Amino acid sequence: MSYRPGQRVRVEAREHQGHHRTPAYLKGKTGTVERVHAAFRNPETRAYGSDGLPEQPLYLVGFAQRDVWPDYRGRADDRLFVDVFEHWLQEAQ
Amino acid sequence: MSDHEHDHDHPPIADGDEPPAAARVRALEALLVDKGIIAHEDVREGIDWLVSRTPADGARLVARAWVDPAYKERLLADGRAAARELGIDPGPAPVLVAVENTDRVHHMVVCTLCSCYPRGLLGPPPDWYKSLPYRSRAVSDPRGVLAEFGTTLDDDVELRVLDSTADIRYLVIPRRPDGTEDLAEDELAALVTRDAMIGVVAPAAPAAARS
Repeated sequence: MSYRPGQRVRVEAREHQGHHRTPAYLKGKTGTVERVHAAFRNPETRAYGSDGLPEQPLYLVGFAQRDVWPDYRGRADDRLFVDVFEHWLQEAQ
Repeated sequence: MSDHEHDHDHPPIADGDEPPAAARVRALEALLVDKGIIAHEDVREGIDWLVSRTPADGARLVARAWVDPAYKERLLADGRAAARELGIDPGPAPVLVAVENTDRVHHMVVCTLCSCYPRGLLGPPPDWYKSLPYRSRAVSDPRGVLAEFGTTLDDDVELRVLDSTADIRYLVIPRRPDGTEDLAEDELAALVTRDAMIGVVAPAAPAAARS
């Protein structure tokens, strides 16, 4: 578990061929770790017959809606929370 | 697709009105059974389990949380354990996270990638939950989506959308409606609808308040 609640993280913007669970709309966006769930088997290899090991830590990351959608119409403090695996995150300021 | 030869038996693959996905699923099932990976009974048991689940199970958790603050804390801390405490099988998802709506914060749940949903507590998801318009707009224009469900949040309420992209399943504990102080737990549970536990509407008002 590399990250802790309150830490700023950025979702990597890289392309990934094949099954993965990081929504495209989130790539390159910066948010804050809300919760450290646990480690789970990696869906990217599990989808193709592997055992999915090693397990990857999974985080609930909160994003300001206005950081994700520049033309967001709701309140400034509305937030979007998404489960993101550790290998898609990097430390951010 | 129906005129083919191979070395195993399966029911004829129908054409006509059957959706292509249904034919593909049946062909996959036949292959998996043929290879000994699953049995037809496993598939039937899975379907039986899924359709035996209903939102009434989730509603029991919510009603108990409304009347018992200590239970609510346990539900917020560990949803699976809290479900089992009431004799409810929470299903195969490894983690169930309950989130609480208050007068300051409103949660709603979506799965933008597919249809992740707390089936163990709510049964099969509604078709709209799996539809592309809901899945895309619930994250980009959630207040607009709520308005289409007839839900308008007060100006001072923060909206939190949960996109369940992985192994976690989310259950919304809606706000207890006003005027329900005298209701028994099972009467409260009857007010808790599926859509309220997805977070797109408030629970039903008690009958006395509606008339």
